Amino acid sequence: MTEKMTMVKALNTGLRAAMDKDPKVIVMGEDVGRLGGVFRVTEGLQKDFGEGRVMDTPLAESAILGTAIGMTFRGFRPVVEIQFDGFVYPAYDQIVSQVARMHFRSGGRVPMPIVIRIPFGGGIGAVEHHSDSPEAQFALTSGLKVVSCADPHDAHWMIQQAIESDDPVVFMEPKRRYWESGQVDTASTELPLLASRVVRSGADATLIAYGPMVKTCLESAAAAAEEGLDLEVIDLRTLSPLDLGPVLESVRRTGHAVVVHEAQRTLGLGAEIASRITEECFYSLEAPVQRVTGYDMPYPPSRVEEEFLPGLDRILDAVDRARAY
Amino acid sequence: MSDPSVHAVADSPLVQLLTPEGVRTTSPEHAYDGSLADIQDLFRDLVMTRRLDTEAFALQRHGELGLWPPALGQEAAQVGSARALRPQDFAFPTYRDHGVVLCRGEDPVHLLSIFRGSSLGGWDPADHNVALPNIIIGAQTLHATGYAMALTIEGLVGTGDPERDAASIAYLGDGATSQGDFNEALDWAAVHQAPVVFFCQNNHYAISVPLERQTRVPIVQRADGFGLPGVRVDGNDVLACHAVTTAALQRARDGQGPTLIEAVTYRMGPHTTSDDPTRYREAAEADGWRAKDPIERVRLYLAAEGVSQDWFDGVQAEADALGVHLREACQNIPEPDLAALFDHVHVDTTPETEQQKAEYVAWRDSLEGSVA
Ligand SMILES: Cc1ncc(C[n+]2csc(CCOP(=O)(O)OP(=O)(O)O)c2C)c(N)n1
Repeated sequence: MTEKMTMVKALNTGLRAAMDKDPKVIVMGEDVGRLGGVFRVTEGLQKDFGEGRVMDTPLAESAILGTAIGMTFRGFRPVVEIQFDGFVYPAYDQIVSQVARMHFRSGGRVPMPIVIRIPFGGGIGAVEHHSDSPEAQFALTSGLKVVSCADPHDAHWMIQQAIESDDPVVFMEPKRRYWESGQVDTASTELPLLASRVVRSGADATLIAYGPMVKTCLESAAAAAEEGLDLEVIDLRTLSPLDLGPVLESVRRTGHAVVVHEAQRTLGLGAEIASRITEECFYSLEAPVQRVTGYDMPYPPSRVEEEFLPGLDRILDAVDRARAY
Repeated sequence: MSDPSVHAVADSPLVQLLTPEGVRTTSPEHAYDGSLADIQDLFRDLVMTRRLDTEAFALQRHGELGLWPPALGQEAAQVGSARALRPQDFAFPTYRDHGVVLCRGEDPVHLLSIFRGSSLGGWDPADHNVALPNIIIGAQTLHATGYAMALTIEGLVGTGDPERDAASIAYLGDGATSQGDFNEALDWAAVHQAPVVFFCQNNHYAISVPLERQTRVPIVQRADGFGLPGVRVDGNDVLACHAVTTAALQRARDGQGPTLIEAVTYRMGPHTTSDDPTRYREAAEADGWRAKDPIERVRLYLAAEGVSQDWFDGVQAEADALGVHLREACQNIPEPDLAALFDHVHVDTTPETEQQKAEYVAWRDSLEGSVA
């Protein structure tokens, strides 16, 4: 049973399904109730589930995470919304010092089934602090799981799988893809939460991306196809732990790998992925792994974000560079 | 709120010196002692602030700005407090405090530039002693506290020299009072008796979330628990805002420590141009506040005092000129240059930054070459 919907709607129906299924699932965050969230992801949930399960919180991110921790001690499964990427830092201490370590500190006795939803990334012409890509800062924190959806189908299912996980999941939502529609198969889950996926197969080079850049890579591959170049595109889906099986298998075939993300380059996920590919596929590589990323500067004013963010030209240029070796 | 566990925030007396009908009143502890000419100056500032705001709103609707957070209805709080500052005082505004930035003498085109997506602020805070507007809720309350602590260390407090003694002021909204940063700022300011004034514009909403969801007590009462005085003022009354802020700043400069001011006002417009307030509040609520308009009451007062229509027309003409200027200036805001931005990542640029800049420039030049 497939249905066409936007990613916002897909997340909304996913949340709704999870709340229907388990009365311990609660949603909390700034403006998630009456307004339905600034992106309307939680639209209508408060009306249907009540203010006890869909809570407009005071404006305090550290408190949102800190109280969510307390709720898990009573068996609740909080799904918290951080309004924008740049506002997660007041909660950073609670996430990395508390949420991420509780299970470990308790010798496996205390699960932390918290989902931290973060609309992230740029490309929507927003003001400062509304376009950051902080995923690596969570991916390098042991104890957290970090995932990112790239299309409505995955959004719908991954949010439900994240809520079912007994581990804390940082759920990165590509806000520039929120309003794009796609087919959602509401009857099948297809893939587990922590699995990457080949979204386009090809023989000449492998593009590796997640979240907002998956679509950009697919567009790049379509453009390359017109020039007779056959690019494979892999959606990582899970950023921590990484699922590099399909990546390594692909690079062994194509001999060329290009990692694409919006986040700044230094110590970004591309660094880890390039290093792992080099360790595992050294003899198959025909060129060094290329990275196409944001530059190492705070996110710039929006009128130059198109130049800051990886686009088709920069991605195809990297493919050419790799193939020129 | 339909949730019975959440109660309306209790009321607490307000300092008011000018009624919505334009009649001067008195308050036991606060008085406005400016002249009629001073009130005319405040009126001009109010009108200019509103013009900047409505012009920017219109520019956003015409696609010239990406976003605008309107200050409509909050002009008296911003102008009254900012005009209480001396040049040597220092203001830390938020993204909505356009009137503060304007009154400090900073070019309002900078504000357009931020919301156009052309800059992240870009001015030197030292030029007019006004920091770049802060978007992260509550963070600037600590900056203002630190600034005030520095003033104390430098001996610029309590010398008795009005040209020397200085204070800082932090602007914040009602939502910001829930943040840890704000509570930490109150604590530090009180512990250090820092010369800082916390000026909270309680406009009753943090985006969609009403005041009742942030606090159970009037914001002014927060001061009690931290050990600093609090004053609650009619935020739509420019004379009262000016009077209470003047007194609080003087206390601070005299070395008597911080004050929390709660200016009770209302956000007449949406949170930003992207927001739809009909989803979370009744139109009737805003109508009640429209009758308390911060500009109209000053107009009524001045007219009753015999200020001529010519003078009002003159202010109107000035506002119109500001509008024309902003429209033109907005279109002439230079496009940012990503290459130049690499130069501002650090003071001492790094080899890595230089290398990425060179890479970007080479890439950009290659595109230009391919087009030609
Ligand atoms: C740390 C942080 N969290 C969330 C936001 C998103 N946000 C922007 S404005 C706002 C409401 C602020 O309300 P208030 O402090 O009352 O100020 P007002 O907008 O009413 O002037 C929110 C939640 C933010 N900017 N910073």
